[in-house]
Amino acid sequence: MNQLQNFTKGLIKENPVFVLLLGMCPTLGVTTSAINGLGMGLATLFVLSLSNVIISLLKTLIPDKVRIPAFIVVIASLVTIVQMVMEAYVPSLYASLGLFIPLIVVNCIILGRAEAFASKNNVFSSFIDGLGMGLGFTLALTLLGATRELFGAYSIFGLKLIPTDGILVFVLAPGAFLALGLIIGIINSLKKTA
Amino acid sequence: MEFIIIIIGAILVNNIVLAQFLGICPFLGVSNKISTAVGMSGAVVFVMTLATFVTFIIQEYLLNPFGLGFLQTISFILVIAALVQMVEIILKKIAPPLYQALGVFLPLITTNCAVLGVAIMVIQQNYNLVGGLVFTMATALGYGLALIIFAGLREQMELANIPKAMKGSPIALITAGILSLAFMGFAGLV
Repeated sequence: MNQLQNFTKGLIKENPVFVLLLGMCPTLGVTTSAINGLGMGLATLFVLSLSNVIISLLKTLIPDKVRIPAFIVVIASLVTIVQMVMEAYVPSLYASLGLFIPLIVVNCIILGRAEAFASKNNVFSSFIDGLGMGLGFTLALTLLGATRELFGAYSIFGLKLIPTDGILVFVLAPGAFLALGLIIGIINSLKKTA
Repeated sequence: MEFIIIIIGAILVNNIVLAQFLGICPFLGVSNKISTAVGMSGAVVFVMTLATFVTFIIQEYLLNPFGLGFLQTISFILVIAALVQMVEIILKKIAPPLYQALGVFLPLITTNCAVLGVAIMVIQQNYNLVGGLVFTMATALGYGLALIIFAGLREQMELANIPKAMKGSPIALITAGILSLAFMGFAGLV
């Protein structure tokens, strides 16, 4: 597999959210607006690509039996870095993402890529894989956030399109499930016809 | 009285799955049959309560006195992972029937973000030990309630005629959305 394929597979064909259904908790929890989705996506992108690099570097040093705890320590350290940086530089985003920042640790995409890809491949491919998967995740979260914001508040990235209140349910909890279900349904039907 | 408010709030009003989006992966993954949903709920109640107890002690007597708050995420997740392994080993030895019932679900729980989420929530919301444990147990019961109701709905759905593109996860997500709408009705309760 060449590096380009390696990079683009995470974007569409193996999109972690729309196709693999991984990392559902942050996907549903933070996407009340496009900007929140983007912020969460970028934080995950950072952790995912760096954890892939570090784990790929350490793959020969980590004994097979304790690999999962070792991966978790690497991921948790990176998440702590993200947490501190965000708290210092983007406090408002940090406040609105809240509990979901420390919970990046248990995002199944990250551990999944570490186990399935980074522990078997070289550093560069692992980095590209993390970058692609992370971008696919960011893309999905931004799309879902934008959809919910568009219908829920008639605005996009905070820019008001119609000056009235939106269909409130899209910004509330049930809207997350409904919007994601509909988006995956639409993607499935497009795939059938294509 | 205070505890009753905590319990109703955690089970119905702020249901961990349907209002706070924690633990969605197992919620979608193991909810095909009522029997597996019951097993998973049992395992979650057990591990979550134990995990909150241990992480609370660690926060109170290790992280706080030594100013190590930044190690919270890393220490909590390691404790939870170790705890799950230990529970598995101990149950296998001393209570084989319980292990038979919960065994397959235990390894899945390490990556259940609800466990870590609740442990952090208890610290953030400044509960004392007893209040925190009551809150955790109620949250876990709320998780079980949502999981079992959802499994029941999905068992019925097997028989329904669903458009091809919506089969599987899309319709499951929409069902969860409607269930979440229903739970919003409890919002004024506390």
